[in-house]
Amino acid sequence: MKKSVYSLCGMCTVRCPIRVESEDNTITWIEGNPHLLGGALCAKGSAGPALVEDSERPQQPLIRVGDRGAGRWREASWDEAFDYVADKLSTIKREHGAESVVLSSRGGPWQAMYKAFIHAFGSPNYTNHDCTCGRNTHHASLSINGVGRKGFAYDIKNAKHLVLFGRDMFSALRIAENHQTLDMLDKGGRLTYADVRQTMTGAKATRFFQVRPGTDYALALGVIHEVIKRELFDKKFIEKYVSGFEELCAFVEQYTPAWAAKECGVKEKNILAFVDEIAEDAPHVIFHPGWNLARYKDSFYASRAMHILNVLMGNIEMKGGLFIPKGAGDCGKKGIRNIDLGKPDIKRGDGVGWEYNHFDKGPGLAHLFFNNMLKEDPYPIKAWIAMRHDPFSGMPDPEQQKLAMDKCDLLVSIDTNYSEFGWYSDIILPESTYLERDTPIVQQKGLKPRLALRRKAIEPKYDTKANWEIFCELASRLGLEETFPFKTIEDIWQWQLEPTGYTMADFDEKGFVEMIDTPVFFDRDNLDAQFKTPSGKIEIVSEKLTKAGLPSLKEYESPEAPEKGMFRLIYGKIAVHTQGHTINNPLLSELMPTNTVWIHTKQAKKLGIESGDLLEVASADKSYSATVAAHVTDHVHPEAVFTVHGFGKDIPRQTRSFRAGLSDQKLMVGKLDDWDQAGGGVNLCEVFVHVKKSIRNTKRRIAL
Amino acid sequence: MKKYSIHLNSRRCIACHGCEVHCKVNKRLPVGPFLCDISCTPLQMVGGVPKTEITFSSCRHCEDPLCVPVCPTDAMVQRADGIVYIDQEKCIGCMACQKSCPWDIPVQNPDDNKAVKCDLCMDRIDEGLKPACVAKCTTHALKLVELQPV
Repeated sequence: MKKSVYSLCGMCTVRCPIRVESEDNTITWIEGNPHLLGGALCAKGSAGPALVEDSERPQQPLIRVGDRGAGRWREASWDEAFDYVADKLSTIKREHGAESVVLSSRGGPWQAMYKAFIHAFGSPNYTNHDCTCGRNTHHASLSINGVGRKGFAYDIKNAKHLVLFGRDMFSALRIAENHQTLDMLDKGGRLTYADVRQTMTGAKATRFFQVRPGTDYALALGVIHEVIKRELFDKKFIEKYVSGFEELCAFVEQYTPAWAAKECGVKEKNILAFVDEIAEDAPHVIFHPGWNLARYKDSFYASRAMHILNVLMGNIEMKGGLFIPKGAGDCGKKGIRNIDLGKPDIKRGDGVGWEYNHFDKGPGLAHLFFNNMLKEDPYPIKAWIAMRHDPFSGMPDPEQQKLAMDKCDLLVSIDTNYSEFGWYSDIILPESTYLERDTPIVQQKGLKPRLALRRKAIEPKYDTKANWEIFCELASRLGLEETFPFKTIEDIWQWQLEPTGYTMADFDEKGFVEMIDTPVFFDRDNLDAQFKTPSGKIEIVSEKLTKAGLPSLKEYESPEAPEKGMFRLIYGKIAVHTQGHTINNPLLSELMPTNTVWIHTKQAKKLGIESGDLLEVASADKSYSATVAAHVTDHVHPEAVFTVHGFGKDIPRQTRSFRAGLSDQKLMVGKLDDWDQAGGGVNLCEVFVHVKKSIRNTKRRIAL
Repeated sequence: MKKYSIHLNSRRCIACHGCEVHCKVNKRLPVGPFLCDISCTPLQMVGGVPKTEITFSSCRHCEDPLCVPVCPTDAMVQRADGIVYIDQEKCIGCMACQKSCPWDIPVQNPDDNKAVKCDLCMDRIDEGLKPACVAKCTTHALKLVELQPV
């Protein structure tokens, strides 16, 4: 039987809207939702059916029978698996207290459900992957604008100039955003890109700064200096909405473009020419405050500087600038219900909220659990449930993490794929792929807020379950039916929609419900209530930071240079893979089966290597090394080597990706404790590695 | 005779390789053959920015195709609208078509050893739809155009 459903893609975490056709329970066609994306879909999106068909994913619950990580499993029924997890969790709760269970997730729009589960269980310890992603940006925005990372969105399409610091948007694809940027360029808009290497985004740019790694903050300070010196800022906007401007002026006095040019390794005249351009294009200039800025020790301050530049442009709540995403309330509507439950009033195991008071308490900071777990401080952690989160591939130093995880009596992995964490865990609860599962409804904020959801296109191919089924079943075994009373997805949908007046039939036409016909803009002359800072103003100097003993305007410190024979390790993304969970996809692994290491031509010459030669890359303490091919190029900074994140996996059941390439995380030995004290993000690019020509380059071959 | 062509707006193309996958998925091809190809030239400085040129390559559907006459089983066919396709029933996988093609376009399908090549998704065109690579192009950089005689 032929069927067509609207859904949301699940190959990466962008969740682009899609339309899926199937026949006899087989996917026959996937495209971007024609009403929103005109059919556009990326390579990963089209490779979705290959994920469904892939037999190298867990096909029924698996219980470990050998040592942790040994890869010996036995198959179990779902009943047995649920009982296994529920029994262990109940014992742990009885013996150590509910707070000794941590649940980490990938984050995203459905995390309210996972959070509610662990809170209902009695633990405050919900966390997600964001310490290795957007936390610095999130905290930077909170400290200045009083709203989080998603508290502003960007009207790129109508902008005249988009400025990106390392936001490689044509590799880390968000299709709708890509269309906006290309439309802007088609209309003659400008794109300025700063990065340590050239990327596809940089190749589309009208201006490119190849900066020394770790100097984004310097470049931003140099630009702020010049903008203030030439009085190119929006005086009216600043007077009305901004506090701390005088302090900023005094602070940036020392950071001239000439200074910044030297620090970043770019030309002063290019910085000045850039400032000329933004003067012309203001106020329709957008400084993107960063996406994944878990990179350098001052990334939080770099992101703050980008936010400050937006403030100076006065580009807030206007066409071609930043705008505040609107929700149901802004359209005069009632929002959907979400399974939600307050956090139990117990100290968090990661220290957020009592040891670290300046961080957003939401998901806390996952990397801060490990040391506390080893010390059993403030209490022992006895179980870790990873909901589609792979801490071992996402966070530095998996070997160190394993020491902490070994303190646990129970490690649960809920995932569509085997993950490195899953392979080490005690039980794998296989989740159905995004094409085989329904999800609760989510609200997508914007100028025209929408309701959307994922609907299954086909029935599960293997004995897998949707996440809501897994949590509802576990909840019923743990006596948490009060929070999770649902038996079917229809129950959940109906309960979610009840206050809104919409019904499921409203999703039929386009796959989503638009809550208003025309974009909602707030009155730009009356934005006071929108900045949720203590003073209600955009605060360049934040009292909250001062209280935490942190400067709001931090003196710049030059990044450390690598020792001889070593390079700074920079990682990034590519359009055909997403983090680590597509590298075993049959179609995508064909396009890119392994990663390489980018190295500057001059450095390569010193090492006697040419493109394609094998390099040995080792961690600072040489406890991990891998051999990969070199990509020799002028377009990466000589101090750095670059690799694509997600490879170097050690999961034998995933034959296509097994030990293919280099793992950046495994090179980050000892780096779990290297994090941004002000922003909370892990410093994933403050890592130095040994690089040498591999002896495995064969000049002669002896065989037979 | 009508002549279709797939045009790449290289300003919009981001070399995401989506088209290659859209094509493979639509044609249910196994690991190995690709019927279209995106490639980038090495980065070169243009006005201070290292730039790349991106090209899209697939079957040209020649006006006077060399592959058609060499096919010993008449499996290679040119339709009235110019589309050159392989009749899979007749193909014996001798690959004479590949050898005669100046661009080595036809490739062998390891599943059945028969030749495959871009047929502009003619079944989709006949239904009034666009070829898979065009329909799903991530950035709307690909277009199906009908060439007009000058």
